[in-house]
Amino acid sequence: MLKDITLGQYFPIDSVLHRLDPRFKIIYTLIFIIMLFSGNHYWTLLIGAVFVVMAQLLSKVPLKMSWKSLKPLLPVLVFTAVLNLVFIDSGDTLLEWKFLKITQGGINTSIFMICRIILLIVGSSLLTYTTSPILLTDAIESLMSPLKKINFPVHEMAMMMSIALRFIPTLLEETDKIMSAQKARGATLDNGKLMERVKAMIPILIPLFVSAFRRAEELATAMECRCYRGGEGRTRLRQLKASKGDYIGLGICLLFLAVTIILNIIL
Amino acid sequence: MEKIIKAEHIVFRYPADTDEHQKPVQNPPILKDISLEIEKGSFTAVLGHNGSGKSTFAKHINAILVPESGKMFVENLDTSDENLLFDIRQKAGMVFQNPDNQIVATIVEEDVAFAPENLGVPPAEIRQRVDNALKAVNMYEYRNHAPTQLSGGQKQRVAIAGVIAMKPDCIILDEPTAMLDPQGRQEVMQTIQKLNREQGITIVLITHYMEEAALADRIIVIDDGSIILDDTPKKVFSQVEKMKEIGLDVPQVTELAYELRKAGYPVPAEIITEEECLQALEKLL
Repeated sequence: MLKDITLGQYFPIDSVLHRLDPRFKIIYTLIFIIMLFSGNHYWTLLIGAVFVVMAQLLSKVPLKMSWKSLKPLLPVLVFTAVLNLVFIDSGDTLLEWKFLKITQGGINTSIFMICRIILLIVGSSLLTYTTSPILLTDAIESLMSPLKKINFPVHEMAMMMSIALRFIPTLLEETDKIMSAQKARGATLDNGKLMERVKAMIPILIPLFVSAFRRAEELATAMECRCYRGGEGRTRLRQLKASKGDYIGLGICLLFLAVTIILNIIL
Repeated sequence: MEKIIKAEHIVFRYPADTDEHQKPVQNPPILKDISLEIEKGSFTAVLGHNGSGKSTFAKHINAILVPESGKMFVENLDTSDENLLFDIRQKAGMVFQNPDNQIVATIVEEDVAFAPENLGVPPAEIRQRVDNALKAVNMYEYRNHAPTQLSGGQKQRVAIAGVIAMKPDCIILDEPTAMLDPQGRQEVMQTIQKLNREQGITIVLITHYMEEAALADRIIVIDDGSIILDDTPKKVFSQVEKMKEIGLDVPQVTELAYELRKAGYPVPAEIITEEECLQALEKLL
């Protein structure tokens, strides 16, 4: 059940998108996000959708996976939609009931926001589907390396991120196990009032934390045994190298961004 | 034969705790005057029950712990010399019990590359080392998998590959099969034996499975911080009574032979494999 969360999970196949330089993929994603938020016109969404569909096809990641990353965020989507529906007051009033007023503008904004968030999630999760977390942290490390000059611990941060990513599935599995163990002893986790449910989480969180600390200690010893001594003098198996394809991709992304901005100015 | 590990009168205790009045309380020594030598290319098993000090001893070999008194040498490098720390750890790699807690990366080959990356090996050579290490543990076809997709035995083999990639002369395995199912245990044991035979890597296996210890060239039994027995598996396991006295078992077949002998049947004492037992029984019938 908990294992189904796929956000931040790599989908190991071979595709054009998989082979691109992760640093560029991060930049593409940033451009894509800017693009989505650069205008309030439906054209923005259409262009965004074309971009996502293109990327999805190039990545060869099955649509099922995108749905998987979208599913846990459905409540957020519904919440956003309802909020916009209720609180935006513009255009023709379609329905009025007591203090609730639903307007044409509200409906428009709701649909627009939902589409934008869906595109945002589907598009940006492609980054994590096509880039292994280690490559991703490598890329972040490399993109942020100028910060080393001001003594920002770039390597340490990247290492922490990659270890966190590595342990997400392990700890989720562990949470599942602890939940089963506590249920077997008669803990009720699935029903009751909100406060009761929150309280019921305590017997799950405490063992989880204890085990996480134990794991951390063992991992630290294991890392030391493998001669880990920080970022200095470290080499990498995979060298990040930009190729022609990466620059072509960058060109395409910038083109999309330019078209979006121009359309928004014209319309 | 050249000695790879030399322990000279090692005494070790954990740092003092404080009692309820904040007064330091000296912990009892975990290791009491341990001296031994391990030959290059050998396969040694260290037996002992929980709390006997066997894991503590293992941690001395690659300088995670440093003796309170006495000296530990790995390839003539003194483990108490901090400048030699990484040389020692590169020469004597360590594999732990829980494979989940020693795998750092999210892709098998990237994890195996972790140690050579730390050592600053050039990328092209890292690639070569990773491939060789994965082939040595028979996990090459899984190189692009995520560790979570693997079984316990496979994960542990990846952890072993991660150590082999440092090109160590010696691998210390601290109960590497304790968390595995029987099949995983067999995979790991076969891998260890193969590395020992084919690549001449010295193996120090800390275990509490007698069947695993029986595969070694030499068994060291540690109890309460001291070496009790130190001999070939046949010699060690033939002392059934002494083993039982310190709370250790012997392999099932050895026990069977022992019971038969006690009942008055002429069965040889030094039986440690099923095959030997079968032959002895056939002769008997």
